[in-house]
Amino acid sequence: MSLGDPRWSEAFGHLADYLGSHIRVSLAALALGLAVSLPLAIAARHRPMLRGILLGMAGVVQTIPGLALLALFYPLLLALASLSLRWFDAGFSAFGFLPAVAALALYSMLPVLRNTITGLNGVDPALKESAQGVGMTPRQSLLMVELPLALPVIMAGIRTAAVWVIGTATLSTPIGQTSLGNYIFAGLQTQNWVLVLFGCAAAAALALTVDRLLSLIESGLRLRRRFRTWIGLLGIAALVIVTLAPSFGRSGARVVIGAKTFTEQYVLAALISQRLQAAGLATSTRQGLGSSVIYDALASGDIDVYVDYSGTLWANQFHRDELLPREQLLAALKTTLAQSHITLLGELGFENAYALVMPRARAEALGVRTVADLAARSGGMTIAGDYEFFSRPEWRGLQKTYGLSFKAQRVMQPDFMYAAVASGEVDVIAGYTSDGLFAKYDLVTLDDPKQVIPPYDAVMLLAPKRAHDEAFRAALQPLLGRIDLPLMRKANLRAAESGAASSPASVAGWLWERIGKR
Amino acid sequence: MISFRHVTKRFDGGVTALDDVSLAITEGELLAIVGSSGSGKTTLLRLANRLIAPDDGEVHVSGENVADVDPIALRRGIGYVVQDGGLFPHMTVADNIGITPKLIGTPAGDIAMRVEELLELVRLDRSYRDRYPHELSGGQRQRVGVARALAAKPRIMLMDEPFGALDPLTRDALSDDFRALHDDLKLTTVMITHDMTEAILLADRIAVMTSGRLIAQGTPTELTASGDAFIDRLLSSPRRQAERLQHLMAGSRA
Repeated sequence: MSLGDPRWSEAFGHLADYLGSHIRVSLAALALGLAVSLPLAIAARHRPMLRGILLGMAGVVQTIPGLALLALFYPLLLALASLSLRWFDAGFSAFGFLPAVAALALYSMLPVLRNTITGLNGVDPALKESAQGVGMTPRQSLLMVELPLALPVIMAGIRTAAVWVIGTATLSTPIGQTSLGNYIFAGLQTQNWVLVLFGCAAAAALALTVDRLLSLIESGLRLRRRFRTWIGLLGIAALVIVTLAPSFGRSGARVVIGAKTFTEQYVLAALISQRLQAAGLATSTRQGLGSSVIYDALASGDIDVYVDYSGTLWANQFHRDELLPREQLLAALKTTLAQSHITLLGELGFENAYALVMPRARAEALGVRTVADLAARSGGMTIAGDYEFFSRPEWRGLQKTYGLSFKAQRVMQPDFMYAAVASGEVDVIAGYTSDGLFAKYDLVTLDDPKQVIPPYDAVMLLAPKRAHDEAFRAALQPLLGRIDLPLMRKANLRAAESGAASSPASVAGWLWERIGKR
Repeated sequence: MISFRHVTKRFDGGVTALDDVSLAITEGELLAIVGSSGSGKTTLLRLANRLIAPDDGEVHVSGENVADVDPIALRRGIGYVVQDGGLFPHMTVADNIGITPKLIGTPAGDIAMRVEELLELVRLDRSYRDRYPHELSGGQRQRVGVARALAAKPRIMLMDEPFGALDPLTRDALSDDFRALHDDLKLTTVMITHDMTEAILLADRIAVMTSGRLIAQGTPTELTASGDAFIDRLLSSPRRQAERLQHLMAGSRA
């Protein structure tokens, strides 16, 4: 990890964009949070009922994990956007900025509410009476006496909120808001720890900077040092201005490529981006999008293209549980997608399906080649799967059809599953067929003779507005049917390594060379 | 100038703070209200600038029922001094003194002049202008408190134990100074104290309260003549102190 490592320069290359977006979304959320919390706190300070309700609700919000809160706002705004489109003929994007700002603003409310109420109620009653006695109206008393005296406590709340919001904003990446979280999500998926560290350090530095600036404003106001207050205010203003500047120069005509939160998606997005750029189109990538967010983002035109998997669309997006053979499934999907004006441009040539996976040596020693073979022995074995596998229809189908019954089930972060099965920590995992780690750990997939697991062909989807964009389609056409399973596995393995050539962009370049030779 | 007419005030929980109190203060008078804590004297005072409203009865100030006037305007026209000054800790001496003129909309230049004038009036050096209350002694704070109350040139002063927390020397000096101000500025003052000696030395008339009732009012001489046992007991303490002092002083001289 020397400073000469090209990953550093890659990380720095994104800094202006990621940091700028991070600051914009954090400060907007903080401003919105303050605009809502401060008046509420002032209104609630003499009303114990309202105060109890507000603090209770803000407390409940705080217990919702940040990731979930952000994810919840996406469908909410999506529904609002479609209502607004229907009623006022004015839609807005429910993707990225708005849900992130709304969720983060909600997140900022508790410390501001609590400290403002505590601060105001902590003002000496004798002073409030003095304020009345000299002839102040309630409003004058609030502005001239109570708020200034409660200021240190209120500012402490605002500073807490600022640090929380800046930290939590890293989680807004999966709902489509570019942030310093892009470094962290991308780094975690491609095992690029340089990126993860870089993202964390940048977010921490930003949080500390904003905290310092707010503390300058606070001490300036408290000690009546105008100079300090101005330095703090100018610092915040400078942050806002600096981060707004790049967005002026950004053209609105870019093609936006979406990528979900795993390695293969980063590589494929980079590949698509390179093809489109080669065709003369300006592109940008929205990485680390949640599985359900990305489809809606495509349908509403927030992104233009991404790669999904037939089985995922079928089961998760359209909630269908009947098992169809590959060709029928693709045909059915095309029809269903067409109803939303989404184009299924074609298959890439490989499948990324769930499969039961064991180390080759172990499987051979036990004579296990298929899931049916495994069923006889599974009673003494442990299986591991990702967060969703054990609640998916495939798993229920496997259990029922083959009579599988394991001693124990464990849920794991996908990246760690492969090492766990290779080391004997667990006996079987529900892996992904295109994963690059098969070669690294010498693993095999067990056959599924009764075809319980549906096909998961990688398919390229286009947003409605690109349906008839011939140049666009032509640029992507060469990718269709050209990437087979071994090639994708190799690409994924390269991306999972920690060398300098493991960035999604260089792996995509490598992949294109291989495709071009075919 | 101020008259309380059969006022009764009950607080939550059924405590009767004032029970049918009637009291009139004439123009130019300095009236002291004496009573132990909980006797209702502060409650009575706060009725006059409508910090609270009576449950029964009426309060008239300058001939008007306070219930019919704008409480904000009423308070801006009445000086109000509390124990320890009640100064705003985040404002300088000058800002504290100038607060009521500022609320009324007096131009800043006029306020600055008025602040100078008042500092002189309460005998504080003008170098105190830009100090904060925590940088002042108790006596100085109280002088600022009096200056603030006088800033908008009120004709009425309400004072709630203004000198209660001060050491005896400061207290003597301050109460003498205030009596002089009261006479010079032709104020009408209602002052609460729990110290009978202070009341006798300072006030034109004394009102005695206990358990929310006004049990006597009059000049010190009139009170002495009343013959009421409770009032006698109240008056006996300053008298006994004076006798003992005289005795001790005489003894040391002999």
